[in-house]
Amino acid sequence: MSFDNAYEALIDGHEDAHWAFGTGFSEALAGVDREVPDVDRADLTAYCLMLGDDALVMSQRLAEWCSRAPELEEDVALANIALDLLGQARMLLTRAGEVEGAGRDEDALAYLRDERDFRNVHLAEIECGPFAGGDFGTTMARLLVFSSWKLAQYSRLRASADPVLAAVAAKGLKELAYHRDHAAQWVVRLGDGTEESHRRVQAGLERVWPFLAELFTAHAVELRLAGVAVDPAELRSEVDGVLDAVLAAAGLTRPADVPAARVNGLAGRDGVHTEAFGYLLAEMQHLHRSLPGATW
Amino acid sequence: MVTSALEVAARVRDPELPVLTLADLGVLRDVTESDGRVSVTITPTYSGCPALDEMAADLRRSLHAAGYAEVDVRLSLSPAWTTDWISEDGLRKLREAGIAPPSRLGPRAVGPVPLNLTPPSQRVPCPRCGSPRTSEVSRFGSTACKALRRCADCAEPFEHVKEI
Repeated sequence: MSFDNAYEALIDGHEDAHWAFGTGFSEALAGVDREVPDVDRADLTAYCLMLGDDALVMSQRLAEWCSRAPELEEDVALANIALDLLGQARMLLTRAGEVEGAGRDEDALAYLRDERDFRNVHLAEIECGPFAGGDFGTTMARLLVFSSWKLAQYSRLRASADPVLAAVAAKGLKELAYHRDHAAQWVVRLGDGTEESHRRVQAGLERVWPFLAELFTAHAVELRLAGVAVDPAELRSEVDGVLDAVLAAAGLTRPADVPAARVNGLAGRDGVHTEAFGYLLAEMQHLHRSLPGATW
Repeated sequence: MVTSALEVAARVRDPELPVLTLADLGVLRDVTESDGRVSVTITPTYSGCPALDEMAADLRRSLHAAGYAEVDVRLSLSPAWTTDWISEDGLRKLREAGIAPPSRLGPRAVGPVPLNLTPPSQRVPCPRCGSPRTSEVSRFGSTACKALRRCADCAEPFEHVKEI
């Protein structure tokens, strides 16, 4: 191949697939065995949304750091972690749309639902940086808690009666293991670092700790889907053990357990979100909504 | 000479590690032919692997060019890919291309995933000068599957396909 200028090379291609980060991907689960277990379809759809939205929203939050992290390697690291979570989200949302059976694909679910239809936990959506009020230390505290909890959840989900959820979990588990290691190593480095870094990561822990309780509170859907879903209450002791080990190595103090207030007993799993979430969705969805069907 | 669909599929290269074929990488799980229809099964390396669609397109293109008109590319998620599936030939090709290959993980224990509070202290010899004195610069590199390392002797940075 020879080209008169570099731009010609960019448009030479057999088809769009050589644009690794463009649109027009084939369905995330094309060709996967997709047997649906004999459970209530609305419940299974809701559960897939819970898992898919956790991954999607956390991915979006991490991607906000790209070009704003303290060092180039960290830009790459956070973007890589975000990409793993986005891959998981694509498969989980595709599964949700398929079980629902109303013709919604991953894009329709990611871009065309409103705030009240999202089922992610608050921990994934809260503002932890890089924007106002956030901090890298807070982002690492959040990533440590999120990935420790997800890892414990996926570890059990591998035995799910839903073959797609079991497969996504088995694959995602390996990814979450190094996400958690990355966050844990940063929390130790910052906690055991300078006075300033210690102060900031401790403040980060204080910021995210009120959102822990929701992670271990079972939703009615999760309880009804015994055999398919994981009961989050079972995850508490494993996650506490991991967090305590990291905090001890970092010389940090475990904040008091004072759960964030719920609205009439409702939280993220019920579609009740924090103020920051609307802004996140506005940024994530605006292109797709302004230019329906846009591809590039 | 008739080339089998398996031979054609096995020769397609990975878009992000072009020194490896899909067979070397271990993502090509199955190729079957029946009634002139070819069915290829591949598995993603990572959940978010952006190269998956390109792999599928390359497989279709190569098989079409070899005379197979009807080609299905299927995705299999389970069992999940591991770097242990990279062939011995693949490890050698990586090393020759200046990329440190992954070490073999072997069967892993079931049960809780161990937490690592320090970066792995594994010995990864420099693919350029062979020195064992190398260190990890970043666990995350230009693609999801690679970490970045540096050699203390020849001072060259190099990539390492990390074990998963």
